[in-house]
Amino acid sequence: MTSYTVGEKKLGLVIDLDTCVGCHACAVNCKEWNTGGHSAPLPDRDPYGADVTGVWFNRIHTFEVDDGECGRTVHFPKSCLHCEQPACVEVCPTGASYKRTEDGIVLVNADTCIGCKLCSWACPYGAREFDDDAGVMKKCTLCIDRIYNENLEEVDRVPACVATCPASARHFGDLGDPGSAVSRLVAERGGHDLMPELGYKPVNKYLPPRAGRARQAAETPERLEAVAADTGSLFLRWIDRALSR
Amino acid sequence: MHPAFSVIFFTTASGAGYGLLALTGIGAPFGLIPADRGFGFTVLALALALITLGLLSSTAHLGRPERAWRAFSQWRTSWLSREGLLSLGTYAPTAVFGIGWVFFGRLDGVFTLAALALAVLAAITVYCTAMIYASLKPIHAWRNAWVPRVYLVLSLMSGALWLNALVQLWGASASWLTILALLSIVAGAWTKERYWTFIDTTQGPSTVETATGLRGTVSFLDGPHTEANYLLREMGYRIARKHSVKLRRIALALGFALPLVLTLLSAVAAGPAAAFAALLAALSAMLGILVERWLFFAEAKHTVTLYYGATTA
Ligand code: SF4
Ligand code: SF4
Repeated sequence: MTSYTVGEKKLGLVIDLDTCVGCHACAVNCKEWNTGGHSAPLPDRDPYGADVTGVWFNRIHTFEVDDGECGRTVHFPKSCLHCEQPACVEVCPTGASYKRTEDGIVLVNADTCIGCKLCSWACPYGAREFDDDAGVMKKCTLCIDRIYNENLEEVDRVPACVATCPASARHFGDLGDPGSAVSRLVAERGGHDLMPELGYKPVNKYLPPRAGRARQAAETPERLEAVAADTGSLFLRWIDRALSR
Repeated sequence: MHPAFSVIFFTTASGAGYGLLALTGIGAPFGLIPADRGFGFTVLALALALITLGLLSSTAHLGRPERAWRAFSQWRTSWLSREGLLSLGTYAPTAVFGIGWVFFGRLDGVFTLAALALAVLAAITVYCTAMIYASLKPIHAWRNAWVPRVYLVLSLMSGALWLNALVQLWGASASWLTILALLSIVAGAWTKERYWTFIDTTQGPSTVETATGLRGTVSFLDGPHTEANYLLREMGYRIARKHSVKLRRIALALGFALPLVLTLLSAVAAGPAAAFAALLAALSAMLGILVERWLFFAEAKHTVTLYYGATTA
């Protein structure tokens, strides 16, 4: 359905740029789960060779930020943001790309996709990757096959990336419910949208890095006193080292 | 954006085909071009060949061409779907018009109506093709009003050049066509120049700061992967500035300057020389537009590059 309706429920992710350590564990677990999941398989060409290429739903970029006071490295995981106004869905000529009314998840039907790639051009965020083995488009499913999976323990019914993040930098929930834990987190930490100026209204939110401590302007470290003048003969130095062992 | 040849060929060939078809639909019922059935057959065969080859070429770009029929379903929101429907829809009045002209030598009544309908549908189809690109917000070089203008004017221009060449090859002449060809060349060159000025002097609203939402000066440190991926191959295509300057000159020379001179020559010369010059003008314009379309893709930057080191898009 290229026309869509936005429901009450808006499942999505909240990604904490303050705590993400850039370990890529979420991306690896995503690949691991999804290469056997709803949109399986995710191709991997020449995986151990020089010209490796393949489809991933989640990728971790790294930026350097200089805000005048302190500089920092920010790891930046990026996957489909399950936008409220997904042009990727609107441009799809076949209806293969669709947005679910019941939870807002944006999916591709691999049985009807013609592989025209237009949706990947329409996504500003680069969240769609083409599978040239199957000739169809692939993208993050928000682990639709985990979050509703009754064969999993309740605690495991979260997207694979969220389940695996060792820094707890990823949170999953209903961003359409202002009282949900994720919505409160966004409100508390000033969570923001990516490229709001384009009007896609992403559901996923990013929490900005917390303010760093400003560097003292002319802070010179205290000089340590030399323990001993290193001028003795080779023999004395050897004795000294042997005795201090 | 990656310049895929199948798509470049598609927009160039079908653009010329629809231009030729539309001008034929307007010219034939009013006696502005030769009315004999042989001419009707020739001109319609060329137009339909250009359109159909273009459309077939565009399906070569699909991952699953055998499912192409599904693309007709989402006309409510998708310009690609609308374009597909209109391109099919244009065949219907063209068939009526062609049968009337070629088999019965008739250009009156219902056949005139069919001719006018196909002219309108052909123009809307070209507009839809342009809107596929002009509707994409992440690509500043495409999402602007110059894109549909360029597509429409170049379609008219290449159609006029082809019709002029065919009329002259038929041993006839039509001064309105020569004038139209000359005017559309000037309009085409002007529109394209304005397009290039627009993309050179403006940029899209997104920057690496808005793409990440980070406050301060943001610079790219490291990518997620060491080798190129689909995103970089498809949307990270980069063309050196000096190449694009040179290619723009080639596009201007082949697409507009040479056709202008050749059309003027064909207007003053007579006999086969005139026809030959008119034919060369049409062929040169096609080559020029191919280069222009290649640049249309190669020069367009996508916002995803902001996540890979670009600072503006
Ligand atoms: S992030 Fe891209 S693919 Fe995902 S919903 Fe938004 S526009 Fe579509
Ligand atoms: S690639 Fe598939 S999902 Fe994307 S727009 Fe084309 S048909 Fe739709």
